[in-house]
Amino acid sequence: MSVALSNHQAIDLRETTIRKLNATLQSEDATGTWLVSHPEGRHSIAVGLTAPIDVTIDGQAGYYAGGMNQHANLVIKGNAGPGVAENMMSGAVRVEGNASMAAGATAHGGLLVIKGDAGARCGISMKGVNIVVRGSVGHMSAFMAQSGNLVVCGDAGDALGDSLYEARIFVRGTVKSLGADCEEKEMTAEDLQLLQRLLKEAGITEYSPESFRRYGSARRLYNFHVDNAAAY
Amino acid sequence: MCGIVGLFLKNPALQPQLGALTAQMLKTMTERGPDSAGFAIYGGGAHGRTKMTLRGVTEVLRPDFEKSVLSLSDSATFSYRDDHLVVSCPDDAVSAIRELVAEYGPDVTVVSSGDSIELYKGVGLPEEVAARFQLAQMSGTHAIGHTRMATESAVTTAGAHPFSTGPDQCLVHNGSLSNHNTLRRQLVRDGLSFETENDTEVAAGYLSWRLSQGERLDEALTASLSDLDGFYTFVVGTRDGFAVLRDPVACKPAVMAETDDYVAFASEYRAFAGLPGIESATVFEPEPQRVYHWEHAA
Repeated sequence: MSVALSNHQAIDLRETTIRKLNATLQSEDATGTWLVSHPEGRHSIAVGLTAPIDVTIDGQAGYYAGGMNQHANLVIKGNAGPGVAENMMSGAVRVEGNASMAAGATAHGGLLVIKGDAGARCGISMKGVNIVVRGSVGHMSAFMAQSGNLVVCGDAGDALGDSLYEARIFVRGTVKSLGADCEEKEMTAEDLQLLQRLLKEAGITEYSPESFRRYGSARRLYNFHVDNAAAY
Repeated sequence: MCGIVGLFLKNPALQPQLGALTAQMLKTMTERGPDSAGFAIYGGGAHGRTKMTLRGVTEVLRPDFEKSVLSLSDSATFSYRDDHLVVSCPDDAVSAIRELVAEYGPDVTVVSSGDSIELYKGVGLPEEVAARFQLAQMSGTHAIGHTRMATESAVTTAGAHPFSTGPDQCLVHNGSLSNHNTLRRQLVRDGLSFETENDTEVAAGYLSWRLSQGERLDEALTASLSDLDGFYTFVVGTRDGFAVLRDPVACKPAVMAETDDYVAFASEYRAFAGLPGIESATVFEPEPQRVYHWEHAA
């Protein structure tokens, strides 16, 4: 018999194991708001959540925080380690500090907001997620990104959007270099509308959509080009 | 995998705690490297004297060894920690003691030497290795440590990190180098010798070689970006501080924390959790291909 859980719950990771924390948050009966204290950089905090609950991690998260998230709303009060919100399906993960490498990797849906900077390979192989970074992103961000949107209010590092499929990238600052098959695109009215909505969802009001540039796939790597046959 | 930690104290009041803080950091990196561990700790040097850390002077050898060293230098002192021995001697006695050590065969080796470096490493869980050498009781100005999950060479004490190939220099490494055999052969032709098949020892030797050509540490590290092929996050210890470098791809993790009291380095934030004042520290990731360097004013 399961026990109904009340609306405000606190879990202290100095007293509870990660396994127990996740089992509790993954419970079918989980509802309401949760505060996870003393995360201290532990890995895999609040992963695989499926219920529409609100979870606040009160400090620094380690690897894969909020991974595979569905429906839950997660706030990380500090920095996040590698692979935050990796393979997220829906819901939202908000990082108040910086995120390490591979933020939002392979994520299919939902919203990832990073208030600080994101490290290398932000949005690598993203498959439909919306990622909004208030700061800058590191090298090879949106590498092989397939769909979804990456919004960067600061600068982007080397090889942005390398081997890109169909994701859209918006950058407000400078792009150190574009990766193979990534090019600047015309910003359409539809793009501006989308960007306006994403900035709003991320709680960013100080930047206008018009101050961004849009990048996307040149689609030259989609098919094998017969002129290159001699190279193999 | 592998875990790296480093702690550089700005506030001298923390020096008595250096060993305890480093031991705690090493322990949290056990999951990244459970097969062996090691650390270099800097401090307590005296003008005109050199500290040589030796491994392999067993209890059986001790009386004879000490007598031989004292016959070369009557002011030499001996400090044992498990299977490691630190000999403190006047600078001008170092080469004679090195020759003496060579007479004891390959089981007795000089693992480091310099004004202030002491270097200890061994096979086993990081916590056990730290306890064996009583790291928690040590004090100093800065320390770097490593927890190893071996990939490129065997799990042995000699294969554990740090590697020291020059005076007061040492290197710890997370990653793997792919051109270490070629580079080792080149360095051997230039007169260097290597004790293991380990890739990191080659990187350490490479840096020492460049430093011996008169380059500064930041110049030597910048040059390594073109000459070393593979994955690496390096932390290099020197007499006065430490430096950090990540390869261009930067797939090996690195995080740093800075307060008014210290600069700390680790593979993961977890290692910082027990540091004083970490809640208000500036925490950041070092950028790839950029040399970060902290040192005490000489």
